[in-house]
Amino acid sequence: MINYALKRGALALLVAFTVSLATFFLLNFSTDPAEVIAGEDAEPEVVEVIREQYGFNRPLIVQYGSWLKGLSQGDFGESYYWRRPVLDLVIEHAPVTIQLALMAVFVTIVVALPLAIFAAMKPNSIVDRMALSTAVAAQAIPNFWLGLLFIILFAVTFPIFPVSGDSSFAHFIMPAIVLGTSSVPAVMRLARTGLLDVLSSDYIRTARSKGYRGTTLLVRHALRNAMLPVVSVMAIQLGHKLGGSVVVESVFALNGLGRLALDSILGSDVPTVQMLVFVFALIFVLLTFLSDILNAWIDPRMRLR
Amino acid sequence: MARVEQIERELDGPDEAVSSLTTKALMRRRMLRHKGFLFGATVLFSLVFLAIFAPLIAPFDPLDQSLARRLLPPVWSEGGVWDHLLGTDHLGRDYLSRLLYGARISLMVGIGAATVGLLIGVTLGVCAGYFGGWIDQVVSYLLTCQLALPGLLLAMSLVFLIGPSVFVVICVIGVLHWTYYLVVTRTATMQIKQLDYISSARAIGSSNSQIIFYEILPNLLNQIIVIFTLEIGIAILAEAALSFLGVGIQAPTPSWGLMIAEGKTAMFYRPWLVILPGIAIFMLVISTNLMGDGLRDVTAPENRN
Repeated sequence: MINYALKRGALALLVAFTVSLATFFLLNFSTDPAEVIAGEDAEPEVVEVIREQYGFNRPLIVQYGSWLKGLSQGDFGESYYWRRPVLDLVIEHAPVTIQLALMAVFVTIVVALPLAIFAAMKPNSIVDRMALSTAVAAQAIPNFWLGLLFIILFAVTFPIFPVSGDSSFAHFIMPAIVLGTSSVPAVMRLARTGLLDVLSSDYIRTARSKGYRGTTLLVRHALRNAMLPVVSVMAIQLGHKLGGSVVVESVFALNGLGRLALDSILGSDVPTVQMLVFVFALIFVLLTFLSDILNAWIDPRMRLR
Repeated sequence: MARVEQIERELDGPDEAVSSLTTKALMRRRMLRHKGFLFGATVLFSLVFLAIFAPLIAPFDPLDQSLARRLLPPVWSEGGVWDHLLGTDHLGRDYLSRLLYGARISLMVGIGAATVGLLIGVTLGVCAGYFGGWIDQVVSYLLTCQLALPGLLLAMSLVFLIGPSVFVVICVIGVLHWTYYLVVTRTATMQIKQLDYISSARAIGSSNSQIIFYEILPNLLNQIIVIFTLEIGIAILAEAALSFLGVGIQAPTPSWGLMIAEGKTAMFYRPWLVILPGIAIFMLVISTNLMGDGLRDVTAPENRN
C-alpha cells in the first residue's frame, strides 16, 4: 500500500512539474509581458528598459527556473495588473470559489444519484428513458446561458434569489445549481451503468435468492460497489468545477478565483493567469491522487495496477 | 456484452429480416431505424444548409446598423415588424441575419477544432497502440498531464493573449481537445494489432507505415467519426463560452456566444436577445450529440459509456 502511494505520489509531482513548465512556456510565448507593463503606444526604448528591469530578456528556461525557485520559497510572483503579490490575490478570492465548488458538487450528487438509482432499478422503463434523455439535453445546454435564464426566471419574474454578488449564502444557491447541473449527465450515466453491472452480478443474485428485495438490496448490497468509480469521477468533477467557475462567477458576479482569472486575462496579467492555471492543475492532481489512494484502500486489487 | 446485443436487437428487429443483408445495407437499415440519429442528422444538416447559404437566405447584412430600428422585438411580440422576423439588437442589426451568420462561425470552429484534435489524438493514439513500449508510456504520460490542465481557463488565456480570431480559437480549442481520440484509438489499435491479418500483412513484407495506413486506420474509421461528431459539439460549446466571456470571437463578428453577452445588458426587458442564440447553440449541439450517439449505436455499440 505504502509502495503504491509513493509511486502515485511521485507521478503526481512529476505531472505538476510538467504542467507548470508547459503553462509557463505557452503563456510566455503568447504575449510579450514587457509590452503589457509598458502599456499601449509606449516608446520602444521604454519597453526595452522594462524588459531589462524585469529580466524578460533572459532565455525562457532561465525565467522558468527563477519562477520555480521563487515558488519553492513561497514567492508566487507579483501581478503586473493588480500590482500586488499573486499569493495575496489567490488567498483573497479562494473562499468564494471553494464554497461554490463544494455546493455544486453537493447539487450534482443530490440530483444525479437518485436519478441513476431510479433509472437502474427499471432499465428501459419510462423513468430510465426520461433520465437518459434529460442527460443528453443537459449536455447540450451552455451553462452561462442556463445561468442567465435562471436570473431572468428566479431573480426577476419570481424574485426568490438575489441576482448577483456573493454576500450571503442565498447568493450561492443559483450559481451552485447551474455549476452542479453541468456534471449531472456524466455522473448519472456512470452511476447508472455501474449499478446495472453490479445488479447483474452473481452476489446480487444470491442476495435476491435469499429474499432481499428493492431498497434493502439496492442500498445494502449494490450501491456500495457501484460507488467506487463514482468516487473517482466526483474527484475529477470537483476539479472541473473550479475551471467551470470562471463562467458561472462571471454570470452571477461572484468575486472568486474565476472572476480573478477572467480579469487577469483581460488585463494580460501573465503572472496571475499562470499561477491560477497552475493552482487549478495542482488541485486536480491532488484530488486524483487522493481518489487513487482511496480506491486502493477500499479495493486492494487496484494497488496492482 | 449483453448490452451490445440488446442495442443491436433493438435496432435490427426480428432476426429473419437482417440475415440476408450485407454489412453496408445493415448499417443503413440501422441508421434509418434509429430515431435519435435521424433527428440529429436532420437538424444538423438543416443548420449546415442554412449556414452555407446564409448570404442568400439572410434578409439583411448581419453588420448593418440602423439606430432608428434598435431593439425591435420578434414578429410574434407586441411591436414586432415583418421586416425583422426575429427583431433587432441594441445596434439595430437584424437578429435573424446575425443568427444565420453565427451558425457559420459555430460550425467552422466546431469542425475545425474537432479536426485539429483528431490529427493530434489519432496520431498519438495509433502510435502508442501500435508501437507500445516507451512510446506508449510517453503518450500515456502526456495524456495524464493534459487531463490535469484546466482546459477552459487555459483556452481563454491563450486565445486572448495570442490575439482572438476565428483561426486562433480553432487552433487553441483543437490543441486542448485530443484526449478522447487518443484513449479510443490507442485501445482499438492494441486490439487490432493482435489479429491474424496484421501478421499476414507483415509476413508479405508490409512496412509499419503501410500496416498503419492500409490495415489499421481504415478499421478505426467508424470510431473516429463518432468521436469527431461528438467533439464538434464540445468545441462549439467551448467557443460559445469563450466568446460570451469576451475572450473569444470579437465584435462585430456574429458569434452566438458573443450575441448572448451583448444581449445580457438588455435581457430584463428584451429577454429574446439572450434566449434566441442560446436555443440556436442548444439545437446545434444536441443535434451533433444525438448524431454521434446514434452513429456509435449503429457502428460501434461496444463503445457506449
